[in-house]
Amino acid sequence: MSESTPLLHLQGIDKRFPGVHALKGIDFELETEEIHALLGENGAGKSTLIKVLTGVHAADGGSICIEGRQIAPRNPNEAVTFGISTVYQEVNLAPNLSVAENICLGREPRNVFGIDWRAVGERTKSALNRVGLRVDPQRLVGDISIAEQQLVAIARALDVEAKVLILDEPTSSLDQDEVAQLFATLRRLREEGMGIIFVTHFLDQVYEISDRITVLRNGERIGTFQTDELPRIELVSHMIGRSAESLEHGAMASHEVSGHEPFLTVTNFGKRGSVQDLNFEIRSGEVIGLAGLLGSGRTETARLLFGIDHGTEGGYQLDNRSAHLTPRSAISRGVGLNVEDRKAEGIFPGLSIRENMVVVAQVKRRWWQRISTAEQKQVADEYVSALQLQPPNTDRNIENLSGGNQQKALLGRWLAVEPRLLLLDEPTRGIDIGAKFEIMALVERLRLEGKSFVFISSELSEVIRVSSRIVVLRDRRAVTTISRAEANEEAVVAAIAKHE
Amino acid sequence: MNRFLSQERLPVLITSVVAIAMFLIAGFKYDNFLTLRVFFNLFSDNAFLGIVAVGLTFVILTGGIDLSVGSMVGCSSIMLATLIRDSQVAPPLAVGIVLAFGCLIGLTQGFLIARFELQPFLVTLAGLFLCRGIALRISQQSVQIDHPLFDQWASFSIALPQKSSLSFAALLLFLVVGIGWYLSRLRPFGRAIYAIGGNRQSAELMGVPVRKTLIGAYVISGICAALGGVVFTLYTQSGNAVSGTGLELDAIAAVVIGGTLLRGGYGSVPGSLLGVCVLGIVQTAITFDGTLSSWWTKIVIGVLLLGFLLLQRWIESAALSRRALAPSGTN
Repeated sequence: MSESTPLLHLQGIDKRFPGVHALKGIDFELETEEIHALLGENGAGKSTLIKVLTGVHAADGGSICIEGRQIAPRNPNEAVTFGISTVYQEVNLAPNLSVAENICLGREPRNVFGIDWRAVGERTKSALNRVGLRVDPQRLVGDISIAEQQLVAIARALDVEAKVLILDEPTSSLDQDEVAQLFATLRRLREEGMGIIFVTHFLDQVYEISDRITVLRNGERIGTFQTDELPRIELVSHMIGRSAESLEHGAMASHEVSGHEPFLTVTNFGKRGSVQDLNFEIRSGEVIGLAGLLGSGRTETARLLFGIDHGTEGGYQLDNRSAHLTPRSAISRGVGLNVEDRKAEGIFPGLSIRENMVVVAQVKRRWWQRISTAEQKQVADEYVSALQLQPPNTDRNIENLSGGNQQKALLGRWLAVEPRLLLLDEPTRGIDIGAKFEIMALVERLRLEGKSFVFISSELSEVIRVSSRIVVLRDRRAVTTISRAEANEEAVVAAIAKHE
Repeated sequence: MNRFLSQERLPVLITSVVAIAMFLIAGFKYDNFLTLRVFFNLFSDNAFLGIVAVGLTFVILTGGIDLSVGSMVGCSSIMLATLIRDSQVAPPLAVGIVLAFGCLIGLTQGFLIARFELQPFLVTLAGLFLCRGIALRISQQSVQIDHPLFDQWASFSIALPQKSSLSFAALLLFLVVGIGWYLSRLRPFGRAIYAIGGNRQSAELMGVPVRKTLIGAYVISGICAALGGVVFTLYTQSGNAVSGTGLELDAIAAVVIGGTLLRGGYGSVPGSLLGVCVLGIVQTAITFDGTLSSWWTKIVIGVLLLGFLLLQRWIESAALSRRALAPSGTN
């Protein structure tokens, strides 16, 4: 790179949250006319770094310079005035306002009477042209597709004089054509002199569009590389922190399940407007992995199987009999669901670890047969030691636990009722690497004991590692099933991305 | 999709149809109902409710609620009367003081809700008790106002054909609706209100000044409620600490019937005026009948409110399923 001052220069950015050292002295440089990919596994610190950059979090140490001038944005609005605009993964627009209103919100052109709606229209038109999106500016944002919303968000980010554009996983819900359209826009913006930070999980896209790559792992910067000089396998090993050799020889033990009849069978099962065409069977000692992009219907599948949502078509057979489950009857028949949103739907904040762990057992027992405190202690202690939950004091408020330990407590909640089938929706999200491996090892151990799982994760490598079979979801339909023998990232990604 | 029949406009459209239909049905049933006089009196008689509802609309659009408005009406009513009769304050100044008080209460509530993220329901419930308490502390007796200027205001009206007229209160109502509409449609403040109601987190990330806007909404609600109290005092020519009891519930009903979603984001100021008209028509029709007890008003409003809630849910789910069915990438 040139000797001149970089467009954006971060030095020694440090950030701590209670119990987590999220960023450990990160250095980062972005040049003009550059697309710089920021990579790392979940929890590596990408999101935190971006939030520091956009003023959502204040850094505890280090400096941010843009064009050589030191800045300290206190909120996203201030970051925008410094020329840093961001498009987040979950599109942050007001669904109840029109495309034009969203693009101009907070900086509406005015005349003597107030907002100059004609000028709003013109500005919207030019902003939409710049990203190559053709959509009626009067339509409500909630009524257009996610891909279009994404482009509207970019149009909004460009509407001001942005020098740095940050895209936080912009492609996770786009199809191939839409990605191509987005990339064409990004290339054009690069030619116009903009610096773009691109956060993604898709390595193909990194190699297709980025000039340089910075890898983060566990809050540390592993390195910055020229994209065309970094082999893919090396990149992956940088990201997960293991050598390339150990990756290539990741031969997996087979999951032979013999002599068991499937106890759960779904045929063409689904719910209109939710997820459809589910076809698979589950035997004792099997793990069914669900793979697919965000929004492909993974969580919806879990909700259908657990009876939160009710199928409108196809068959659901449990023990060879047609079943219409509710969560309560699912529990009594040995099916459990560990939810994705731990905070909102999983834990009961304010209750102790022990109380959280016996909730399902108590429900199963009916309310008039109270589980005594002594019994509760016994159950909780058993699973605390089995799951190596830290700290082992089960009288503490569950809110005080780290994400990984909360997840273990929730798993304990289910294991305490000995389910035959446990649906795990993103059990490894937002927890540290060590805990992830512990949870995957636990799944394998319980599988060998004859329990079954449906395992949902955005991390393909995890799904492949634990699953006996992988059901691939695309656009809210199950499109194919991949056996363990054939399962590798390439095959699964190909199935996810396949274009018909 | 047709923007004219959008999620936002459809409820207002349906409310208009219901209002017109009710007006016509009552017109056929009762003599002298279908007159300009009845029509314009609708606004004169319900001006205080309308003004309160306009202010409340802003709060509800953000996804909040203001329960203190009814008490504020009573408080500003007794405060105004006492200021004019006992303290000999000139009426314009007295009105100014009362509005400033409404502004102060709104500011305090808004600050607590925006800054400490307290629940609007509870903060304004406290406001409800506080205002009613202050009102009763000022005077438990009703206070007659006998001031030439005040009488002039109370009796001012614009004569219209067919012996009908528009009172000062009705003119104020139209002014408030006009300002409310202007703020909500033509000021960035208004767009920010909608954005917060649509998705607060997004609004924050889009750089909307969320706190300032929230405080603004409660200030508007406080001022409107105080003004509603002034108008109510004009209407009865006396101040009374217990006036406006339960008015917050009428106002919420009017706002919801006028097409504003209680969870925020969708709705409009003119819609709330329409909602007030619907309530007014029910009341007038039952008065015209003469044989029906006035409690029937409440029963009819209860049924209407339920009907509109079901309607809103239906429109929402229709919009959702339309979205789910729409193939992505189509324009």
